[in-house]
Amino acid sequence: MSENAVYIPADADFVPAGEERKVLASSETVTGSKNDMRKRFFAQKSAVVGMVILVLLTVLAVIGPYISGHGYDDQQLERANLAPRVPVLASMGILDGSETLNKTSGEVTVNRYEELGITDEYYIFGTDSLGRDMFARAFMGLRISLVIALAATVINLVIGMNYGIISGYFGGMTDIIMQRVIDVIGSIPTLVVVTLLMLVLQPGMGSIILALMLSGWIEMSHIARAEVLKVKELEYVQAARTLGAGHMHIIFREIMPNITGKLVTQIMLSIPAAVFLEAFLSFVGLGMPAGSCSLGTMLTDGFSNVLLHSYKLLPTAALMVLLMIGCHLVAEGLKKAAE
Amino acid sequence: MGRYLRKRILISIAILFVILLVLFLLMQLMPGSPFNDAKLSEEQVASLKESYGLDQPVIVQFFRYIGKMLRGDLGVSYSISPNTPITTLIANRFPVTLRIGFFSLIIGTAAGLTLGLITAFFRGRVMKLIFNFFTLIGIAVPSYLFAIFFSWVLGYKWNVFPLLYDFRSPAFSSVMPILAMSLSVMAVIGQFTKAEAEDVIKSDYVLLAKCSGMKSSTIIIKYILRNSLIPVITVMASLLVSLLTGSLVIEKMFSVPGIGGLLTTAISSNDYSVVIALSFVYSALYIVVMLILDILYCVVDPRVRLGGKPS
Repeated sequence: MSENAVYIPADADFVPAGEERKVLASSETVTGSKNDMRKRFFAQKSAVVGMVILVLLTVLAVIGPYISGHGYDDQQLERANLAPRVPVLASMGILDGSETLNKTSGEVTVNRYEELGITDEYYIFGTDSLGRDMFARAFMGLRISLVIALAATVINLVIGMNYGIISGYFGGMTDIIMQRVIDVIGSIPTLVVVTLLMLVLQPGMGSIILALMLSGWIEMSHIARAEVLKVKELEYVQAARTLGAGHMHIIFREIMPNITGKLVTQIMLSIPAAVFLEAFLSFVGLGMPAGSCSLGTMLTDGFSNVLLHSYKLLPTAALMVLLMIGCHLVAEGLKKAAE
Repeated sequence: MGRYLRKRILISIAILFVILLVLFLLMQLMPGSPFNDAKLSEEQVASLKESYGLDQPVIVQFFRYIGKMLRGDLGVSYSISPNTPITTLIANRFPVTLRIGFFSLIIGTAAGLTLGLITAFFRGRVMKLIFNFFTLIGIAVPSYLFAIFFSWVLGYKWNVFPLLYDFRSPAFSSVMPILAMSLSVMAVIGQFTKAEAEDVIKSDYVLLAKCSGMKSSTIIIKYILRNSLIPVITVMASLLVSLLTGSLVIEKMFSVPGIGGLLTTAISSNDYSVVIALSFVYSALYIVVMLILDILYCVVDPRVRLGGKPS
């Protein structure tokens, strides 16, 4: 067509677009970008490895406590401190339930399974000082730690995201006041907040989640605010505003879908942080009450026995390290996929 | 810069005030009273309260409390070592914590900077893989797991370093705590330095320096290191927080006589006055360090001075 050709507008050009056209346009762009991100995420080997680790751990946290055949808090005092014995490996001489003890008379290798005459039962991770199956306990602990971390993270997400979005979106005086409030709260070290809170509250899952929540939402709100500030002046938001969209519509329909990437990354980073803090609280003596198990209490238990029965610590420590590595790999992959 | 500093210091003071308020309220909320003895008559309790100033309105108590705190009088310990001023307890232990924390930070930062720079400069595939593996481990594994690992291998199996802190050889027995804490610092700093240095290496001015025949060492130190330092200062803040938390557990594990160990003991023996006093000390320390970092940031990055915010 030559440049001189004059376009003659038809009546159809001035009719508002039908509902079906709007839906088509919006859904195309959104799924398109999401598919791209998914492709880039799964193209990274390390991210896939992290994802596999996390899925495996989650499955084990759900079914792990039941597959060993022993309950996680069944005490059998006569079977205390059994070393790990694994079905197939035992016949090959590795992990056959014997352990080397350092005594004043020198090193002694004992196999308490033989002493007790246990032939057909296997404790893959061994038993603790009360004769409870460490396998069931380790995965029960993983489950409880994960529940605590997930609950705290979800609450952090809801509070932090809303706070950050409101602060960034409305700007001006609202932003200044909300940011000064955060400056003050954020300047109190997490350590102090958590310690003091745990002193005042009863020990238990609820108080740990509350303690994690009080300090965790600030980082989330920083990220939400920074993202909103980036997005809110873009053309499509202005277009929505020009078309007369309300604040709610702009926040939830235009801005939210475009800042989720960064927030999901932050979620993946705050899960290990929560697991870490829970373990820290148990170590200091402010964690889950005695009798219950979480990764933190298991680690503390294992540490106090590490010189005598080192097998008590290794599985829990390995689970914790795997969980942390999985979360970090996925977070790293998400970060790269979003760029 | 003067205006920015003044504003920053004012905010810090306000925050300290808020923390004092929170701590004071918590003390009011703590269960129990110091005069719980059933043998005390009402008059005796009243006179005891009068002598400690507890009969005054809460507001008056609050300002007295602030005055005392600011003068450095943190009260006395109830159960750890009864009637010892908390200030003495802290004064004895603070240097130990400070030394271990300082060395962990310095050694970790130096190692991280070196590793990051080397990996960025000699972009080898194998090198990058090794670097990624170690930083991932350093970031993902909490410091107390490192501590357990070291004390088991180095302390118990090989007997290289003492398992517990020893007064007679403070330097030698601090090696394992410092090692355990500096690994995560190294990993974080290393990652940031590497990412930043890779950007700097690709920049035009480094290319120009290379073309004009400068020595590699000059380029690394004068151009790459200096420009990579800015983000490193930013992460220092968050590293310091994790060092504070980590030191608590590490000091307990190696029975290092520092304030972290004091706090854990105070928590487990319900010595509230020590816990509250230490909370104040930790907060004040944290706020002062944040202030110093902000000033440092101001010095390194001129943009901050002109009213922008560090991102």
